[in-house]
Amino acid sequence: MPEMSALWKSANVRDRWETSPTWVRMLGSGILLAIAIYLPFINVLPFAYIRTDLSTGGSDWSGVLTTIVIYMIVATGLNVVIGMAGLLDLGYVGFYAIGAYSLALFGSPDSPVTKWFSEKFGLSEGWSVPFVACVPIAIAIALMAGVVLGAPTLRLRGDYLAIVTMGFGEIIRIISRNANGLTNGPNGVTNVPTPPGPVDPDTGQPFFNPIDGYRWYWLCLAILILLVWLVRRLEYSRVGRSWLAIREDEDAAAVMGVSGFKFKLWAFAIGAAVGAIAGLLFGSKQQFVEPTGFALNLSFLFVAMVVIGGSGNMFGALFGAFLITYLPERFRGLSDWRPFCFGVALVLVMILRPQGLIPNRRRARELEDRRLEAEEVATDD
Amino acid sequence: MNFHELFAHFGDLTVDGLTKGSIYALVALGYTLVYGVLKLINFAHSEVFMVGTWTVLGAYSLVGADEGSGVGLVILATLLAVVLAPLASAATALTVERVAYRPLRKKNAPPLIFLITAIGCSLVLTETFGQALHAIFGPPFGRAAVSIPSLIPEKELISSTWITVSNTQVIVIVSAIVMMVGLDTFVNRSRLGRGVRAVAQDPDTAALMGVNQDRVIMLIFVLGGAMAGIAALLYTIRYDITKFDIGFLIGVKAFTAAVLGGIGNLRGALVGGLVLGVVEVYSSTLFSSNWEDVTAFVVLILVLMFRPTGILGESLAKARA
Repeated sequence: MPEMSALWKSANVRDRWETSPTWVRMLGSGILLAIAIYLPFINVLPFAYIRTDLSTGGSDWSGVLTTIVIYMIVATGLNVVIGMAGLLDLGYVGFYAIGAYSLALFGSPDSPVTKWFSEKFGLSEGWSVPFVACVPIAIAIALMAGVVLGAPTLRLRGDYLAIVTMGFGEIIRIISRNANGLTNGPNGVTNVPTPPGPVDPDTGQPFFNPIDGYRWYWLCLAILILLVWLVRRLEYSRVGRSWLAIREDEDAAAVMGVSGFKFKLWAFAIGAAVGAIAGLLFGSKQQFVEPTGFALNLSFLFVAMVVIGGSGNMFGALFGAFLITYLPERFRGLSDWRPFCFGVALVLVMILRPQGLIPNRRRARELEDRRLEAEEVATDD
Repeated sequence: MNFHELFAHFGDLTVDGLTKGSIYALVALGYTLVYGVLKLINFAHSEVFMVGTWTVLGAYSLVGADEGSGVGLVILATLLAVVLAPLASAATALTVERVAYRPLRKKNAPPLIFLITAIGCSLVLTETFGQALHAIFGPPFGRAAVSIPSLIPEKELISSTWITVSNTQVIVIVSAIVMMVGLDTFVNRSRLGRGVRAVAQDPDTAALMGVNQDRVIMLIFVLGGAMAGIAALLYTIRYDITKFDIGFLIGVKAFTAAVLGGIGNLRGALVGGLVLGVVEVYSSTLFSSNWEDVTAFVVLILVLMFRPTGILGESLAKARA
């Protein structure tokens, strides 16, 4: 069986890594990190072939790397919801949009919200909330949105939940397009703040500017590593075990005293917060936020990243995000075909390898069990 | 809140809502049939509808019918569309079932895997029309909206101060109701329909009684697809347009209609569709047409929160088993 042999091979690498001594793992991680940090400057053939700006008209390499890492953050958050808790969220782009819009509305002096505040309280012209304060605001709003959406809907059947979350994503987009007084409508919000940093004394450019793309990449990479570490701690904690129990059998989990609703809500809210952080970074890097950037197709793309990579396995999800963001950028001719290829890839992966390219072992076993059960029933007949 | 507008045109708006609603109802049948038997949301059903609208365009251009064509040509083109659109839609639905769902059913995959696969199928189908066919044949395929010649010119049948009814509205509503009554009779009276109800009620026992489960499943996809094909034809008669992603919103609204009426319940689909169509038109008048598409989502969330079994209750099987 080809499926099983592939599973066995990937397991082998993982086992070796897990059983190797600490210094080997430290060294390995260090080398990987060094390569990741050096990536924007890679210029030695043949490695430079991975760059996306070799031919004219290619996208800026640092920009592509930043997008990849932002989508990896998205995949980390969505993996909590889909992979760990087993909830299909088709409106994840809603939280991504909430992150971007919270930063834009509170941080930009041009947004209707800051204008309203400065008029109401007689603040100085061009007043806005500093970037650092916008981050907790964005996270808090996303957490609240996650709870408000999750509380009534998480009691529903799984597939209803998917459709309702999809509706939520669309509602967020339509609000951002139509609520002119709040979001500037289709014109979007300009002047979105960038993270603080030393200003370049020669040019007067802020530290995080559109030209020095590698700084954005490093910032996003640092945040990604922090989030991956945090989520990993969660996965191996009591919370993570509860998610696993709920995913496998909610009734059995309830009998053992695990409150399904509570932990599902947690997963939802944590996923929402991580999505908002990714959206915030995206908005800040663009320095411009507008509704068309949050179309529903992006939600499907996010789901595709996690599912194709291997839901439940953090590195699977990260790998999926990398593949789906990088390949169309590297092979520009393909970019029109991107949604088509995702569709085909989604169907193929679900039929041939539903556990994803780099599977979570436990999840792969769950699926295998169900398949065997079905076969048993078939042979009983 | 534009109450004046709502009350001034109450009659017109209601008829308009019923017209929209009958199209939703026809599409909702596909969701309801599949859900009633397989307990599965066929997310790709919206694209089955989309394929239908393109087939109508194909049927018209096949016989060279255009606006202002003679009566004979119009009748020929319409008849051709009546045959081809349901055929193409049913074939699409059946293909999705055979290629994507059947292997998953054999593996006893969890519902989420079905849903993700359905999203994949939906992407493939929309992109086939938006990208693949465009790359091969060029326009009319592509990402732009395409207008479909309105062979039946719009004419007002009743025109008074409080209500106007046009011929296309009557065609849409009447044909939709005829189709639904036909389907309801088929499921409740015919031998095949009894098989459908049996599998919906208890697949294992139905198998013991000699019902071929795979054939019943194929039948419901064909029936749902054919209904979506008719809905597509009626849609093009009324709205004269198609687009590669036209299915998405109609699909969501039809699904909402199915849930609103009670998913799995055929008569529920009719009630849910008509109610949703009317509510949508009222609310888009009350607020603004910008918010029209939010209505369906809000209705869906409210129904699921307060009455998840819908107006008439779920179950294809229990209704009149």
